[in-house]
Amino acid sequence: MTFLSLEPIRVLLYLVGICAFVGANAAYLVLAERKGAGRIQRRPGPNEAGWAGWMQPLADGLKLLAKQIMVPPGTDSLLFRLAPLLVMAPPLMCLVTIPFGENVVARDLNLGLLLVFSFGSINVMALMLGGWASRNKYAIISAARVVSQNVAYEIPMLLVVITLLMMTGTMSLQEITAQQAGGFWHWNLFKLWVNPLMPVTFVIFFTCMLAETNRAPFDMAEAESELVAGAFTEYGGMGFGVFFMAEYANIVVGCCLATVLFLGGWQSPIGILSSGAWGLLWFFLKTYALILTVIWIRWTFPRTQFYSLLNLSWKILIPLSLATLLLTGAMMKLPLLWRALS
Amino acid sequence: MSLITAIRETFLGFKSLLVGLRITAREASRPIITVQYPRETLKMPARFRGHIKLVLDPETGKPRCTACTLCAKACPSGCIVLDGVKREGDKKKSVSKYELDFTTCSLCGSCVEICPSDAIEFSKEYNVVSLNRDTFENMDLYAKIEAEARAWSAAHPAPPAASPPPAAAPANPTAPASQPLNAPAG
Repeated sequence: MTFLSLEPIRVLLYLVGICAFVGANAAYLVLAERKGAGRIQRRPGPNEAGWAGWMQPLADGLKLLAKQIMVPPGTDSLLFRLAPLLVMAPPLMCLVTIPFGENVVARDLNLGLLLVFSFGSINVMALMLGGWASRNKYAIISAARVVSQNVAYEIPMLLVVITLLMMTGTMSLQEITAQQAGGFWHWNLFKLWVNPLMPVTFVIFFTCMLAETNRAPFDMAEAESELVAGAFTEYGGMGFGVFFMAEYANIVVGCCLATVLFLGGWQSPIGILSSGAWGLLWFFLKTYALILTVIWIRWTFPRTQFYSLLNLSWKILIPLSLATLLLTGAMMKLPLLWRALS
Repeated sequence: MSLITAIRETFLGFKSLLVGLRITAREASRPIITVQYPRETLKMPARFRGHIKLVLDPETGKPRCTACTLCAKACPSGCIVLDGVKREGDKKKSVSKYELDFTTCSLCGSCVEICPSDAIEFSKEYNVVSLNRDTFENMDLYAKIEAEARAWSAAHPAPPAASPPPAAAPANPTAPASQPLNAPAG
């Protein structure tokens, strides 16, 4: 135990653990995605490789690994190679500070939330670099779209997070989780006495998370029916595979964050049984429920048009999130003012 | 005023999204309708038109065909060639050769319609495939009905007085026509 508690060993273990988690998770979320799409369209999905297709990710991975990584002539070869790494690194960094359980967190930073959002925005830059380095018109159009989309959606997301910060008063994700102990009525989602619009903020957060991770119906980055594959057009083999993995890793980070911020993290919904392994169980239960919702949404709604995507953000989500911000501020501070005056 | 409209529209829009989600959830909970083709096959509907085949009389175990050649005459593309012999003990002629050129057959059904003894019908075989053209140019329907007759007589042990079903076919140059995997028995 003393060996395991050494700091370098601990960091190394978490690093390996997070990498393995992200890799396996991406592989099996692809399968879950295809299975989910199948169910919704009333077909079985991949079912040939292994029992019910559970070996499909292995087959996909082998296929991608076996392919040659092409750097097309005329591209900026350094940026072209760098972009997949840059797009993969931020979600790995974000997972460092996510509390998976009572004691399962790589680093409980007191500015954890800030770290997640600052690394989260690098993702956009990496996608833009990938598109730019490709020297391909589809990729560049996609890069421009990604930037304007992410700029538009980061604002309501951060406004919602500010609302939460006003409530919690801390940026440490572990502390935010600890504040939501004792049953689901203590979760931030249901703290209606602080702000009756709390469920609305959750919906805003979730929508922005979908847009930030470039998921359907907001998958403007990889609009395969209009932009070939968007920023990934020139990528093949594992280069493409890494972009794909990063998309799923981003979804996991987004859903983990939504779980921590709104659904009580590893706290159990009934108030008991939230220590140790139970905490892990609750955390993953909530996170995967959100991830499955993301998949469900993808196969329900068609891709929006770009202007309606921006309209949704600037005309609906930003005013709404500003309103919740104001309301929360008013509800928190007006009683104090009242007391001071009387 | 327009603020209220905007809020109303936002609310209605969100509601419609939920309706969409409910629809996909409902579809996802319904059973899968994919047929795993090589392992499972669909049963063809009653009016499906596969290539024609001769009909075995379920009582005598012999082909109903009397080799009247009306079908060959009715065929607009002339793709039926048949012949019949009068076997001893029988009053009528019976078929002894029946070849269909399936490459020119348009499945119009004139032969089925005109047959006076209901001896031809559409088979329900839809997954017919072969590596050589000859399989379809000379589809030996007589060989098929022969095989069926043999199966019939194996299933019905001969009563003492009845004559055995016709043995070796006189005109049977090609091997039995296409034998597709998992052909539906219908």
